[in-house]
Amino acid sequence: MDFSLSKKEQLFLQMIREFAVNEVKPLAAEVDEQEKFPIETVKKLGKLGVMGIPIPVQYGGQGGTNQMYSMAVEELSRVCATTGVIVSAHTSLCMAPILEHGTEEQKMKYLPKLASGEWIGAFGLTEPNAGTDAAMQQTTAVDAGDKWIINGSKIFITNASEASVFIVMAMTDKSKGTKGISAFIVEKGFKGFSIGKKEMKMGIRGSATCELIFENCEVPKENLLGELGKGFKIAMMTLDGGRIGIASQALGIAQGAMDETVKYTKERKQFGKAIAKFQNTQFQMADLETKVQAARLLVRSASYKKDMHIPYSADAAMAKLFAAETAMEVTTKAVQFHGGYGYTREYPVERMMRDAKITEIYEGTSEVQRMVIAAKLFA
Amino acid sequence: MKIVVCIKQVPDTTEIKINPVTGTLIRDGVPSIMNPDDKGGLEVALQLKDQFGAHVTVITMGPPQAEAILREAMAMGADRAILLTDRKFAGADTLATSNALAGALRVIEHDLVITGRQAIDGDTAQVGPQIAEHLHTPMISYVAGVEFDGKDKLTVKKEDEDGYQMLEVHTPALLTVLASAFKPRYMTVKGILDAYDAKEIEIWNVDKIDVDEAKLGLNGSPTRVKKSFTKPQKVAGEVFDVTPEEAVDLIVAKLKEKFII
Repeated sequence: MDFSLSKKEQLFLQMIREFAVNEVKPLAAEVDEQEKFPIETVKKLGKLGVMGIPIPVQYGGQGGTNQMYSMAVEELSRVCATTGVIVSAHTSLCMAPILEHGTEEQKMKYLPKLASGEWIGAFGLTEPNAGTDAAMQQTTAVDAGDKWIINGSKIFITNASEASVFIVMAMTDKSKGTKGISAFIVEKGFKGFSIGKKEMKMGIRGSATCELIFENCEVPKENLLGELGKGFKIAMMTLDGGRIGIASQALGIAQGAMDETVKYTKERKQFGKAIAKFQNTQFQMADLETKVQAARLLVRSASYKKDMHIPYSADAAMAKLFAAETAMEVTTKAVQFHGGYGYTREYPVERMMRDAKITEIYEGTSEVQRMVIAAKLFA
Repeated sequence: MKIVVCIKQVPDTTEIKINPVTGTLIRDGVPSIMNPDDKGGLEVALQLKDQFGAHVTVITMGPPQAEAILREAMAMGADRAILLTDRKFAGADTLATSNALAGALRVIEHDLVITGRQAIDGDTAQVGPQIAEHLHTPMISYVAGVEFDGKDKLTVKKEDEDGYQMLEVHTPALLTVLASAFKPRYMTVKGILDAYDAKEIEIWNVDKIDVDEAKLGLNGSPTRVKKSFTKPQKVAGEVFDVTPEEAVDLIVAKLKEKFII
């Protein structure tokens, strides 16, 4: 068993770290305070190939691994969790389902522009009355002969106001329950489709989280994604992959808070010495470092299994559950180590603490992850 | 246009710490990087590639692990990479190093050679000019700007202590480049994958190059290190936050206190 990164992965890590530190970190506070979608950063990431890492070359991607994609989300989130989730939702929730379930025509039409970063992708499953109980979809799609007519709304959609392509779940046959849900590819500009209100959020404030509104939205027949009635299954498979992205984001946030806290506790002096010299600091930080490293191994293991086409659903759930709870614990303690300064916006740890919370909620709450893990355990 | 960029792998001196007991540098675990001025030189070459379709070769002399910076250079956009590695090169000073590199350059077709101004480990700034001397090529050092006419003339901005000189030179020529003037581009994802999956590093030993072997390695090195030591660290200074008028009195008092005035 080999735990080391390949030379290729090490070089990739060097590249994404240099980019994150030089280009992303200086903007992180502004992105948060002004709720600003970092579109310039996304364009730069597109040019470097980071918006299409695990997409095959024939569809305009880089032909890289899920491991590299996960490392990219981790390193970006280490300095700016907003930037991390933009890449994660774009890659895991929009491009991945098109790649895995799309027709050749759909892949050729959508993936090259998404993978290059020219288009940004999003995913719509959650509704006002269908959160964790995602099967309660009220958005409907009706067959109108030459097209589909979608009515309803989706909420909390990451990247929404900036995206060009949306994967949208809608009920095509209510009598069949989850087997009556289908997936569609919706483009910005389709008649009857609009972006609703933007959410004011606690954290990841630059990620453009909005409502999607469908009023007799006309979707071409060929934009059904996968088979009719397979939408719920496609959504669940998509979220399995998405959880690797969010686990990577949580891991990055935790690592970022560790970086800041190590630096601060070495500089901050109280009672005549650096607070890093106190055993309380050392023991607590040792525990946190151990948890961050454990989270990293879970994330890497889930990514590895996805790359090797080994079933990874429970692995991704465990990685997300543990990384998210670690991020919350590390960032909360990071603020505590920073004391009063940590509660101010002068230091990034208060932002990291606000950013961390969402990782326990979206793409399946921690409770949902426990359900997924238990389902496998007691199968 | 064919360009060869000479690059060197160096310890990242910003990461080097000093052992407080022995006063020596702790090199263990210090990451190795591409020398910053050399990376600036590679950026110059890649800009000429973007504008004029130049073919860019990178070359380094070093141990096998120096291949890491060649892969990095290819991930940034270099077309070809050569690792000069042979026990006969070991122990080289700047002269023997420049002889080895010049020996390789004699057998690589080129219009322009680019090196960094100096390496952050040795800080000699000698290897680039020495290569030009061996090859009988015009050389411009401390380069902060390059324009190419698309045929055979370069207009070069050379930095000196007080300002700049604008110089013209015809190819073939050698430039030594300042990192501060050229922000290197990032590697791309595709560049990284191709650097490992689609491209090869050429490994060259002494037999591949055109050089007198007596001029290589320890035997070809007229300089020897007599002694190396770490400078004592300066103690932290005192900081006073006072008005300019108070500052004058304070400075005079301090200078008198130390019997300087």
